[in-house]
Amino acid sequence: MRFAQGGLIDREAPVEFSFDGRSYRGFAGDTLASALLANDIRLMGRSFKYHRPRGPLTAGSEEPNALVTLGEGPGQEPNARATTCEVHDGLVARSQNRWPGLGFDLLGVNDWAAPFLGAGFYYKTFMWPKSFWERLYEPLIRRAAGLGSLSGVASAETCDKAFAHCDLLVIGAGPAGLMAALAAARAGADVILADEDTRPGGALLRESGEVAGQPGAHWAVQVSEELAGMDNVRIMCRTSVTGVYDHGTYAALERAAPATVRREGAATETFWRIVARRTVLAAGALERPVAFRDNDRPGVMLAGAVRAYANRWAVRPGRAVAVFGNNDSAHRTARDLMARGVHVCALVDARHGARTDLDLPFFPGAVVSRAHGGRRLEAVDIRMPGRSLRLRADCLAISGGWNPSVHLTCHLGARPVWDADLVAFLPGAGAVPGLDVAGAASGVFSTAGCLESGWHAGMAAARALDLKPVEAAIPKAEDGHYDIVPLWAVPGKGRAWVDFQNDVTVKDVSQAAQENFRSVEHMKRYTTQGMAPDQGKNSNVVALAVLADATRDGIPETGTTTFRPPFTPVSIAAMGAGAQGMGFAPRRLTTSHRVSLRRGAPMLEVGLWYRPSHYPRVGEATWRESCDREARMVRESVGITDVSTLGKIDIQGPDAARFLDFVYTNRFTTLAEGRVRYGLMLREDGHVMDDGTTARLGPEHYLMTTTTAAAGQVLRHLEFVHQCLCPHMDLRLISVTEQWAQFAVAGPRASALLEEVLQGPLDLPFMGCRAVSMGPVGARLFRISFSGEQGYEIAVPSRYGEGLFSRLVDRAEALGGGAYGMEALNVLRIEKGFITHAEIHGRVTAFDIGMAGMISKDKDCIGKAAAARPGLLGAEREQLVGLRPVKSGAAILAGAHLFEEQAEAISRHDQGYVTSTCHSPALGDTLALGFLRNGRARHGEVVRMVEHLQGVETLCRVSDPLAFDPAGGRMRD
Amino acid sequence: MRITCPICGARDRREFYYMGAAVALDRPVPEADAAAWNAYIHERDNPAGLTRDLWYHEAGCGAWLVVTRDTISHEVHGVTLASDMRAGG
Repeated sequence: MRFAQGGLIDREAPVEFSFDGRSYRGFAGDTLASALLANDIRLMGRSFKYHRPRGPLTAGSEEPNALVTLGEGPGQEPNARATTCEVHDGLVARSQNRWPGLGFDLLGVNDWAAPFLGAGFYYKTFMWPKSFWERLYEPLIRRAAGLGSLSGVASAETCDKAFAHCDLLVIGAGPAGLMAALAAARAGADVILADEDTRPGGALLRESGEVAGQPGAHWAVQVSEELAGMDNVRIMCRTSVTGVYDHGTYAALERAAPATVRREGAATETFWRIVARRTVLAAGALERPVAFRDNDRPGVMLAGAVRAYANRWAVRPGRAVAVFGNNDSAHRTARDLMARGVHVCALVDARHGARTDLDLPFFPGAVVSRAHGGRRLEAVDIRMPGRSLRLRADCLAISGGWNPSVHLTCHLGARPVWDADLVAFLPGAGAVPGLDVAGAASGVFSTAGCLESGWHAGMAAARALDLKPVEAAIPKAEDGHYDIVPLWAVPGKGRAWVDFQNDVTVKDVSQAAQENFRSVEHMKRYTTQGMAPDQGKNSNVVALAVLADATRDGIPETGTTTFRPPFTPVSIAAMGAGAQGMGFAPRRLTTSHRVSLRRGAPMLEVGLWYRPSHYPRVGEATWRESCDREARMVRESVGITDVSTLGKIDIQGPDAARFLDFVYTNRFTTLAEGRVRYGLMLREDGHVMDDGTTARLGPEHYLMTTTTAAAGQVLRHLEFVHQCLCPHMDLRLISVTEQWAQFAVAGPRASALLEEVLQGPLDLPFMGCRAVSMGPVGARLFRISFSGEQGYEIAVPSRYGEGLFSRLVDRAEALGGGAYGMEALNVLRIEKGFITHAEIHGRVTAFDIGMAGMISKDKDCIGKAAAARPGLLGAEREQLVGLRPVKSGAAILAGAHLFEEQAEAISRHDQGYVTSTCHSPALGDTLALGFLRNGRARHGEVVRMVEHLQGVETLCRVSDPLAFDPAGGRMRD
Repeated sequence: MRITCPICGARDRREFYYMGAAVALDRPVPEADAAAWNAYIHERDNPAGLTRDLWYHEAGCGAWLVVTRDTISHEVHGVTLASDMRAGG
């Protein structure tokens, strides 16, 4: 039922939505909970374990009961809180955890079985037989107990991520937050004001009191308009600050307004990282319930929430409302309801000697001991000294006191501090560097106090930012009194709920203590209190107080469990925004990418790069056919492949050569201009880091190439060696991988092709390099070979890459060759025994790959000392070898292990392993590289390859890794 | 976590590559004994409290930095260019 007037809803803007298949009407400004209550719907969910009927307990993000599934289809959102969900036209919401329906739920039988289902039930019951747990018990329990679920289908809805920086982040836009933002913004600070609600105002939106002579909500509008008009202020509504991280970094989740999503197709949620120099936490306080028998009946709500429904949403919470509390909040609810003409049938105050001016049945020194009803509240029992009384009521407003929202102050490890006067935990001093707490979050519970505390926090922040604060008068407001006596649980029979969301009762907490789960962290895990979406926002303090009572420890000694991010649930989709599908990793494309795609080449992912696997031609059914043809083509005529993905590092300076001597095992000071040399690079621990060629382009100018895989690592390493070990050397390094497109031209007809393209003789010896030009375009020509054929690499500025690649491939095809891909490239290098990171995988030394001789004797280099350590060389090492099947054509599989012919294939007998394998068209057989213990001395021996996964065994003959053209004439001449 | 690069200013730690203890700056002379090399390559303290670490501003200016910080409070006490440390000592 809705009051005829008032509230912060737009009565000119009715909306229609559905809940469990039925249509209802609400107004813009309603939440799903307020709109359903206005339609007299109270039953909104079933509890987690006992399937008890539940209605909303709160009016905010801490809601434990009214969890619903929003939307239908792939993008359905489970466990949305009806208390924060904005209603809009076409909203579809469904209740959860019930079957067949919310009103009649067969699993409600769990509630009758409750005596057997207490804390620890699962642990004690489902123990035997062990194998039943995964197959039977767990699936059954998960089916019976639980909340909503995702659709299991990829959603088209988008999330986003964003970053922001500010001088001051104000968390919470209630009276304290608004004043803090105002004080700092007027002093000139860049301010972000974040609030999880749909509009600024905080508690002022639910309270009836005045600020500066006008209704609090009006004052909030006025201040937020002033703030919104300032260039240095950003107001972020619908934004929950969810986590605090080091050095002023905050995580926040922004939900887009439903209308914005529909109109602009905006991201439904945006995950923010906000970096703030200062922060004011003005997150307010959360009211807590009192535990008594059946206190979870729909219609039992927190006193502040009842005020919110009445004042903000103009919802009549019931026909006959009882109010129960241990502090002044309860009185305020009774007063506001009476002002609205609601019949308040009782005000029950646990404080002896409490007084009221209100004209209503008043029970000081009394408690509510039981709620009656099933799917809705029907009556309450009031117990006072010497007598008790049952009253008809369809709504009970309860207040057990207020808990300051200390959560964020604990995210860096600080503990909150118990305040016996306020009967609450307060933020510890200096809990988060750069963060001040203001308003109710700091234990200030009056509006006047909040305004003042916020203002001072804003002024202090401005001063800390070296800004000049501007003094101004603090608006006048109610300066109410907050008086409270401790009241956690009303003693008596039956079940009294502590944690509504997890169905944890007073008895469960006491039982945990009895069974010696006395630490609050153990109690939490044994009972599941404080888990799930609300993370114990309603129940933590009550639970630990009940525990403290059971263990006879005090509340401060018992302490709280650890508060961790996120403050409110954050969907994985929001945290991973942009990272689905192709967004998971950046894509690096070569300049020849489009040409390769046009020629039908499938792409392989090589790190972040995409490289062509092979270039299929008509009549080729498998990649092997294309690969064999391409490898033959390079051996017989000419092939073109893009090698731009190799790392290219430009090194210049008077000390460049000396520097190369230090990072490579072999000498570079002796390299002449116009020459290229193969270099081997070690890590300081003596193992191989990378290999590649370095060309001397000018007197003090070198160009290093690295493998594709290690390009980043090598650049970082070179910078480390230069900056950290020899900063006195005069040189500069920079990656030019992206700036140059480079293509290998390989095969007996490579020279012919290039002479045609460059229109002149090449005049370049093996391992030479020189500048060339193609019309106006300057290019670099290197005579190097990774195929064992006469080979060149030609490099042009990247913008000419696509054009040059097309031209080279066209010319190659005219000469009987063409483009070749990664598969053929791999075949060619295996035939030649050239290594890649399949071989130099981080655990091999120069000795292992047969390059110990490349470590120069007469100079130091990175890794030289360690490479000489015992154990890194000698016959016991696994050494690089070639492998061929004894029986021609048999499979050799990469990753398989090697054993002596007669030995049992177990790890103790392991002799080595296979690293690379291919079918060699040139040799007409399977060919592989691998590492074998003392392998260089075992050429000609037969070993047994065993691949346990596929059950493949092959006898292999050990050989030199260099299988094709051992003299190297094809490459050099 | 944020690190103030002496060249670029305060940046999120995602821009930096972490290497480990700044011990790596003190490379032994080539003829040092095996114990010295072993200590340099492998032996690291795991302090609760002050550490001196090497970080590389990989997604920034490319500078190697020596960051002095506290593993308990997470406070960063100072950031210097590694090349300056070496030049100075």
